[in-house]
Amino acid sequence: MNLAPDALKAPAGGGGLIETTYREAVREAIREAMLRDERVFMMGEDVGRYGGCYAVSKGLLAEFGPDRIRDTPLSESGFTGAGIGAAMAGLRPIVELMTVNFSLLALDQILNTAATIRHMSGNQFGVPLVIRMATGAGRQLAAQHSHSLEGWYAHIPGIKVLAPATLEDARGMLWTALLDPDPVLIFENVMLYNMTGQLSAAAGAVDIDKAAVRRAGEDITLITYGGSLWKTLAAATALESENIRAEVIDLRSLRPLDDDTILRSVRKTRRALIVDEGWRSGSLAAEICARIVEGAFFELDAPVRRVCSEEVPIPYARHLEEAAIPQTSKIVAAVKTVFGRS
Amino acid sequence: MNDTEIRTIFLEEIGNIAPESDSRKLDPAADLREALDLDSMDFLNLMTAIHRRVGVNIPELDYPELFTLDGAIRYLANQLK
Amino acid sequence: MSADVVDFRMPSLGADMEAGTLVEWLVKPADKVKRGDIVAVVETQKGAIEVEVFEAGEVAEILVEPGARVPVGTPLARIRTSTMAEAAGERPRASPEIVAAPPGALSRPQSLSAAPAGVPRREGGRVLASPAARELARSVGVDLAAVVGSGPDGAIVREDVLRSRATSEVKKPLGLDLGVMREAIAAAMARSKREIPHYYLQHQFDVTAIETWLARTNGDRPPAERLLFAALAIKAVALAVKRFPQFNGFWREGRFEPSAAIHVGTAIAIRGGGLAAPALHDVDRLSLDELMARLRDLVQRMRAGRIRSSEIAYATITVSSLGERGVEALFGIIYPPQVALVGFGTILRRPWLVGEDVQARSVLTVTLAADHRVSDGHAGALFLAEIGKLLQEPESL
Repeated sequence: MNLAPDALKAPAGGGGLIETTYREAVREAIREAMLRDERVFMMGEDVGRYGGCYAVSKGLLAEFGPDRIRDTPLSESGFTGAGIGAAMAGLRPIVELMTVNFSLLALDQILNTAATIRHMSGNQFGVPLVIRMATGAGRQLAAQHSHSLEGWYAHIPGIKVLAPATLEDARGMLWTALLDPDPVLIFENVMLYNMTGQLSAAAGAVDIDKAAVRRAGEDITLITYGGSLWKTLAAATALESENIRAEVIDLRSLRPLDDDTILRSVRKTRRALIVDEGWRSGSLAAEICARIVEGAFFELDAPVRRVCSEEVPIPYARHLEEAAIPQTSKIVAAVKTVFGRS
Repeated sequence: MNDTEIRTIFLEEIGNIAPESDSRKLDPAADLREALDLDSMDFLNLMTAIHRRVGVNIPELDYPELFTLDGAIRYLANQLK
Repeated sequence: MSADVVDFRMPSLGADMEAGTLVEWLVKPADKVKRGDIVAVVETQKGAIEVEVFEAGEVAEILVEPGARVPVGTPLARIRTSTMAEAAGERPRASPEIVAAPPGALSRPQSLSAAPAGVPRREGGRVLASPAARELARSVGVDLAAVVGSGPDGAIVREDVLRSRATSEVKKPLGLDLGVMREAIAAAMARSKREIPHYYLQHQFDVTAIETWLARTNGDRPPAERLLFAALAIKAVALAVKRFPQFNGFWREGRFEPSAAIHVGTAIAIRGGGLAAPALHDVDRLSLDELMARLRDLVQRMRAGRIRSSEIAYATITVSSLGERGVEALFGIIYPPQVALVGFGTILRRPWLVGEDVQARSVLTVTLAADHRVSDGHAGALFLAEIGKLLQEPESL
């Protein structure tokens, strides 16, 4: 991967680099939180004995015991509600929802309770809850397990929505999220769990309110997040042969959006393309497009374009699934149209 | 001025008007206007150049005699005698 | 820079519009306006239409009150401009593009990117340009109508404005890029066929007399001073267009802007392929010998790929001839934003009735391709007839 020199640099401090995976980085983040704060516990379907359906919490039950690593019934609304109650009562729960599709069963708790209690109680109660969930397609899990609905959550005032795309963010966002006095949702793209790379042994908490420029460029700003980041970076590399120098922004936080970083980049490059695995209509990509037009209209040198998922339920068949979601080739082709090339 | 000299000058001036043409491939009996894609402005410029180079003022009525390379050399040789 | 006061007039919002009713002013005296601002609403047969101003400056005086119905061309307001002094003046509609300036004297940069330079990219009558390109063009004083776009859908992007500006500042001769030229031709011609409702007329004339006159005239002259029929044809068009101004000017922003100056674009084939139509300026004011000298110089340099940016100035009408290729008639495609193209076929010997006798005569086919938004066939027929009449009276040229 061709990354901006500073973007993924390990934080200062000794310890050297370790070879790790995104999955292990998330697990280490949970472990660290458990060790640092005894109010932290995790619950969800199959997180204990099974080790998590994506094996994130493997080994944690043995290390922390069943009081802090809790298997729940198949009742998203129930255990998310329990997590809200625990948070209001002073604990720091991490609720794992198996996929964003299933999170819809808990949507009432998230939207009507977690996101609104501070408002409804006149600031008497807050919900310092973290909800982690898997999102995205690519594992042939078909239409009930593969959607990217994080853009819906980014619509909701009262919560924060994060999308760690790098090892550093997988490792570092959780602790900062747990420190937040309000609910934070963390979306982990299923295709990233097996991603390997080097991470500083001293890696720790990172900010959760700034977008990151993952690659510097002069000609177009590619805005993306989560699993699409790596496809977008690959597209940016491929575009070098077209003499197009693309800047790549990793949103990191989907709510709030870091308008400053986006607009600063677009004002420089004057062109923007958003890559979002959500469906196009009413998407997060649409929101970003609107903000760019509102904030940088007179700087634009081409229409803002989007690469989103096709508006179909994500198919099971591999070739159809691949065709349904953003891919490097689609991004390259879309960028070329921004320059009037075919 | 002998025929070879006339030929050299004539081909030089053609080269100025149709730089991409290859005089070695020019059929001496072919109509230059067709072979070299010369229009009336090109031909007028050619006649002007010949006038300047060798001093022969070619009236319009005589133009047809210079439509081929052979014809042009013959005509100019006659005029220069 | 100097300030001038120009008239803001009742625009022609369609070829058939004769008068309009001023419904509303959106500006008042002392208001600042810039090019493209909507300043008034005018009621026409087509409904209420918002009218833009083409000058930057300040509203000096309102001349027509709301409710008044006035003919097209009537001054509605006075605008004190802050544009170049030469942009103001006696032109019927004060638009900087139709300034009648000699080559090289234009302060406004022009594009050299290809043959039909100054091809506007329009959708629905508007120049297609990115916001950034518009902003830049405004700040550096580049007229977008003179810029060829390279962006998505042929839109003008920032770089096109920069290139246009850079090119216009280059004074040394430049070679031509035939690839770029081909692209520009493609864009201009496709746009023309897409947007301009062409109509075509054809007429044949007996030009034996002018041929004889030309042969006699050239008979006394050395080659360097001889005239070509093309010069006579261009002059005839320029004189005819004086009587028929609806064929001389531009269709812009949804309406016709006649041009007081007559700059005849002359279609010239480029060796190696390609076509350019550089303008001969103020043809109606040139003698035949001056015109011939200009034409000769222009063709020679054009053919050799040595062209000056000042020569890619606006033509107000185009003349095309494929005479040497032996075709009898050619039907041209209008160069946007012009509104007419006159085509000359080759002169052929033909049997022709003179009185009751059949005689061998020299016959020329002249065609007109014109923009039906601006003119109608009847006017076109009269225009062609005028060209034919002038060609039969060489002394009049």
